Amino acid sequence: MSEKELKSLEDQFQARIDRDEKIEPKDWMPEKYRQTHIRQISQHAHSEIVGMLPEANWITRAPTLRRKLALLAKIQDEGGHGLYLYSAAETLGISREEMYDQLHSGKAKYSSIFNYPALTWADMGTIGWLVDGAAIMNQVALMGTSYGPYSRAMVRICKEESFHQRQGYSILLTMANGTPEQKAMVQDAMNRWWWPSLMMFGPKDADSPNTEQSVKWKLKRKTNDELRQQFVDQTVPQANILGITIPDDKLKWNEERKHYDFGEIDWDEFWQVVKGHGPCNKQRLEARKSAWEKGTWVRDAAVAYAEKQANKEVKQAI
Amino acid sequence: MKNWPLWEVFIRSKNGLEHRHCGSLHASDATMALENARDVYTRRMEGVSIWVVPSAQITASNPENNGETFEPAIDKAYRHPTFYELPDELKHM
Ligand SMILES: [Fe+2]
Ligand SMILES: [Fe+2]
Repeated sequence: MSEKELKSLEDQFQARIDRDEKIEPKDWMPEKYRQTHIRQISQHAHSEIVGMLPEANWITRAPTLRRKLALLAKIQDEGGHGLYLYSAAETLGISREEMYDQLHSGKAKYSSIFNYPALTWADMGTIGWLVDGAAIMNQVALMGTSYGPYSRAMVRICKEESFHQRQGYSILLTMANGTPEQKAMVQDAMNRWWWPSLMMFGPKDADSPNTEQSVKWKLKRKTNDELRQQFVDQTVPQANILGITIPDDKLKWNEERKHYDFGEIDWDEFWQVVKGHGPCNKQRLEARKSAWEKGTWVRDAAVAYAEKQANKEVKQAI
Repeated sequence: MKNWPLWEVFIRSKNGLEHRHCGSLHASDATMALENARDVYTRRMEGVSIWVVPSAQITASNPENNGETFEPAIDKAYRHPTFYELPDELKHM
């Protein structure tokens, strides 16, 4: 293909996206579009899967059966989200195996938020409220993205997410109306999760070089800073209802902007955790790898069983 | 390790509606594919019936041939009821 032909194909491709057409797996697409989507969708999938780990620890420690059922259901949803997304990425020509390899070898990233520890039951509430809340904001924006399978996965995921946030907030409401010790636990969880939650939206726009291309492909419908602002504005009244303080002395309503002003994120911490030096990076990856390795015999047995059954059918047919 | 094959999942959301493609998953055999589809795609009563089909069994049209495949239908307006002009007095047809 000549350079001119390629340019024309790329222009037609972009025109389709501009017309709000969806791109489907077998359609022609620029190689960079394919690679960028494989990277983003698989990292999104990894985040869903690794995101189950901080919560899994609390299933057996949930204070009531009702809370335990809700938490189990939420974690099961996250496993499902991972599967929807892995399937979407596979339509672009990468295998599930390859994606797992990338995760397990540390080559692929996942959301840094899951590299923080979940220390108390109030963390289960705070994760649902803030972490799922921030994820929802990102994911709602992505429902309109240009790649069909990714957009459909987002629609399905968004339908399921709002229960996650509500069950988290409901945990905190109960604790916030409880004993002084319970209230203190809520405040403590807030103090630890607030800033990492704001970091979930990624670097500042000025430091986020991929934004322009991503906006063109509708992989980004709002910038990092816009989403972060939206999150702060939405969350402050919810924190007030709980009667807790947001750990930021610069947080203040700005009447002129009609938005909350807020303090600066500790970007050193942000990059440290991204680079693998967060409090739980090692632990999470080890847990994930060990689950995969310990499951090998089950996967092999399932294949052996399927082959045996298939052979039986052949014999019966004769 | 041998890979589990990929399956396409189709769900009938309620009787009276057709099965619709809703996604795909890996499973070692058809029984496991059905069980996994139940767990992954019908956790909130999204279906009353599931089909699973090995993805390798699907033959798909090629979008590069969309012109010759689908365009012949464009200029056949006479296949639509609105193509036929009827007298105004005719109230129902
Ligand atoms: Fe999720
Ligand atoms: Fe969630």
